[in-house]
Amino acid sequence: MDAMPKWADVVLVPVVSLLLAAIISAIVFVAVGQNPWDALKLMAYGAVGTSDFLGYTLFYATNFIFTGLAVAVAFHASLFNIGGEGQVLLGGLGAAIVCLYVPLPHWSLALIAGATAAAIFGALWVVIPAYLQARRGSHIVITTIMFNFMASGLLIFFLSGPMKPIGEMQVATAVFPAATHLPSLHDVAQMFGSEMFGRSPVNISIFLALIACVGVWALIWHTRLGYEIRSFGKSESAAKYAGISAVNITMVALLISGGLAGLMAVNNTMGINSPQLVDNAAGGAGFIGIAVALMGRNHPVGIVIAALLFGALYQGGAELSAATSIPVQIVVVIQALVIMFTGALDEMVRAPIEKLFLRSQRAGE
Amino acid sequence: MDFFTFVQLGDASVRMAIPLLLACLAGLFSERAGIFDIGLEGKMLAAAFLSAAVSFASGNVWLGLLAGIGISVLLSVIHGLASITFKGNQLISGVAINFFAAGLTVVIAQGWFAQGGRTPSLPNDARFNGLDFPGALTRFRDKMQASPGMQFYSEFVSGHSILVYLGLLTVPLSWWILYRTRFGLRLRAVGEAPEAVDTAGISVVRLRFAAVAICGILCGIAGAYLSTAVQAGFTKDMTANRGFIALAALIFAKWRPWHALGACLLFSLFFAIDIQFPRLELRVVWIMVLLIGSGVAMTAYALRKDKIDVIVLGGLSLVLALVALLAWRGEMSDEIGAIAALFETVRVPSQLIQSLPYLFVVIVLAGFVGKAIPPRAGGQPYVKER
Repeated sequence: MDAMPKWADVVLVPVVSLLLAAIISAIVFVAVGQNPWDALKLMAYGAVGTSDFLGYTLFYATNFIFTGLAVAVAFHASLFNIGGEGQVLLGGLGAAIVCLYVPLPHWSLALIAGATAAAIFGALWVVIPAYLQARRGSHIVITTIMFNFMASGLLIFFLSGPMKPIGEMQVATAVFPAATHLPSLHDVAQMFGSEMFGRSPVNISIFLALIACVGVWALIWHTRLGYEIRSFGKSESAAKYAGISAVNITMVALLISGGLAGLMAVNNTMGINSPQLVDNAAGGAGFIGIAVALMGRNHPVGIVIAALLFGALYQGGAELSAATSIPVQIVVVIQALVIMFTGALDEMVRAPIEKLFLRSQRAGE
Repeated sequence: MDFFTFVQLGDASVRMAIPLLLACLAGLFSERAGIFDIGLEGKMLAAAFLSAAVSFASGNVWLGLLAGIGISVLLSVIHGLASITFKGNQLISGVAINFFAAGLTVVIAQGWFAQGGRTPSLPNDARFNGLDFPGALTRFRDKMQASPGMQFYSEFVSGHSILVYLGLLTVPLSWWILYRTRFGLRLRAVGEAPEAVDTAGISVVRLRFAAVAICGILCGIAGAYLSTAVQAGFTKDMTANRGFIALAALIFAKWRPWHALGACLLFSLFFAIDIQFPRLELRVVWIMVLLIGSGVAMTAYALRKDKIDVIVLGGLSLVLALVALLAWRGEMSDEIGAIAALFETVRVPSQLIQSLPYLFVVIVLAGFVGKAIPPRAGGQPYVKER
C-alpha cells in the first residue's frame, strides 16, 4: 500500500519543493536589498505582461521542453545525461550545415531537413559516452561533462574558422538563407489578422516540441522499447534476467536523449529572428533541462508545465535585471534551488508529507 | 627554445596546478568516503568570491581565506545533508550547488559592490603575494642572464605565494592521513564497504560528514588561492571549469594522492603550453600517422568484439581518418603537390589543445590504458537495512 495518494506525489511534493525554493529565493532578494514581492511582480509582468513578453516566455519554454524531455528519457533508464548542453551545440552545428550548404527552397523542407540533421548530430555527440557507459562502464556523468567542454571547443573552432563568413567580426555563422527561415507565431497570428507575439522569436518549432512530447509519451508508456527502458531503469538485473540487453537499452536511451537535445537547435538556431549559429548557442538550456525533468517528474505533461514555468522565470528574470540592478544570474540561483529541492532533497520534503498522510489515515480508521 | 623557457613553463604549470590539486584532493577525500562530488567547482567559486570580498573589506587576507573556507564547508554540509542524511542523489545535489554558487556569487557581488558582478581589485597587502627566497632574483632581466641553476631556483622554486607551498604539502599530508592513520583507514573503508564499518560499530554518517568537511576546507583554500593569490579579486565564473578538470585528474590518478599531484601537473602543463606557445604546429604526415594509426588500432580491437563495437569504434575511426584527410587536402594546392603537402605544417587549433585534458579523461575512463575503478560504494547513500 502506498503511504500517499498519487496526487500528493505528483502535485503536492513538487509544489512544496517549489515553495521552499521560493522562500530561499526571497531571502536572497532581501539580502541584496530588493523587496521580494516587488521582484515577483516585476518578474510576472516581464514573463506574461505583454504579448511580446509572453512570446519570449514560450520561446524559452520550447527550448526547455526539448532538453527536459532529453533528460527525462535518460532518467527513465536510470541514466543521467548531463551533456544536453553539448548535444544542443552539436545539433546547432547540424542544423547550420544543412541550412547553409544545402539549397532548400521552402521552410517546410528546411524544418524537416534541419530537424533531422540536428537530431542526428545531437545523437552522434552522445554515441561515445553511451558506448563507454554500455560497454566499458565509464560513468556517463563524467564523460558527458567532458563532451560538453569539447563541444564548446569544437563549436568555437568552427565558428571562428571554417564556418565564419569572411570579413565578419562576430563568432558566428552567416545568417541562413531567407527560404529556410521558420515562420514565427507572429507570422501565423498575422494570417488571422492579429498582431500577437510582436517581435518575439517564438516560432512554429513549439509545435515540434509538443509533438516530441506526445512521441516521448507514446514511446515510454506504449511501446515495447519504452517498457524495456523503464524496466532497465527500475532494476538492471531484473531487466537482464528478462532478456533485455543492457548494452542496447543504454545506447538507445541515450541516443534518443541526445537526439531530443539536438532538436532544440531547431528553435534556438533556425527559429530565431536572424537565424544563425552563434557561440554559446545553448545558453544553459541543457542544464535547465535537468531541473525541468526533475520538477516534471519525467512525464511529458509535467515537463511542459515545468518548461513553461522555467520559460517564465528566464524571461521574467531578464526583464527584472533590465528594470533593477539585480543581475540576470538570479535565474540561475532559483534554478539551482529548484534542482536542489526537487532533486536532491526530495526525501526531506517527501518524508514529512508521507508521515502526515499516514497519521491522517490512522486517525480515519 | 632555451632552458629559461622550460623553467618558465614549469613555473606556470605549478602555479596553475595548485587550485587543481587542492580541488582534486578535496574530491579524493569525498569520493574515497563514498560521496561523489561534482560540486567542487561551485564550492571553489563561492570561496573565491567570499575570500576576495572579506579580504577587501577587512584588509586581512587570512580572514578572507577563513571566510572562503567557511562558505565552502557550508556548501559541503548542504551536500552532506542531501546525500548522507536525506539519501538524495549526489550528482544532482552537486549540479545544484554548482549553479547555486555560479548565480549567487554574481548576484551578491553586484548587490554589495555594484561593479558588474565582481569584487573591487584587492590592494597588495590584502593578497597572498609571492614569497622571495633568500638570494633569489626577482627582476625578469636578471633572471634571463643568470646561470641555469639560479634560473631554476629563482623562477621555479622561489616566488610563489605561501598557498602554493601549503598546497604541495597537502599531498604528503593527505597520503599520510589516508594510509597511515586509523581515521584514514576507516574513511577508505566507508567508501568501499560501509556495512562493514557499520558492523564494527563506527558511525558511517559521522565519517562521511568528516570527509565532506575536509573536502570543503580544501576547496575553500583552492578558491581563495584563485581570487587572492593568482588574481587580485573575484570575477564572474573565475574558476573556469577547474572543478571539473580536478575531477578528471582524480579519475586519471585513480583516487590516489601522489598520482593526483602528477595528474594535476600534467593537466596544467597542457594549459601552460597553450598559453606559452599559442601557435603549435604539426607536420601533416604526423597528423595522418596519429589519427589513422589510432583508428586502425581501434578497428582492430573492435573486430575481435561485438557488432556494436565495430559500429561505434569503426565509425569513430572513419571520422578520424576523414579529419586527417581534410588536413592533408587543406595543404594541397597547385604549387604544392599531394606528396609535398604531407610535409607541410598545420597549426593545431588552440581549442584542441584546451580540450586535451577532457579528451584524456575520456580515454582514461574508457579503460583502454589501465582501468580506473572508483570506490565501490561511491554514489550510493548508506541504508542500514534494505
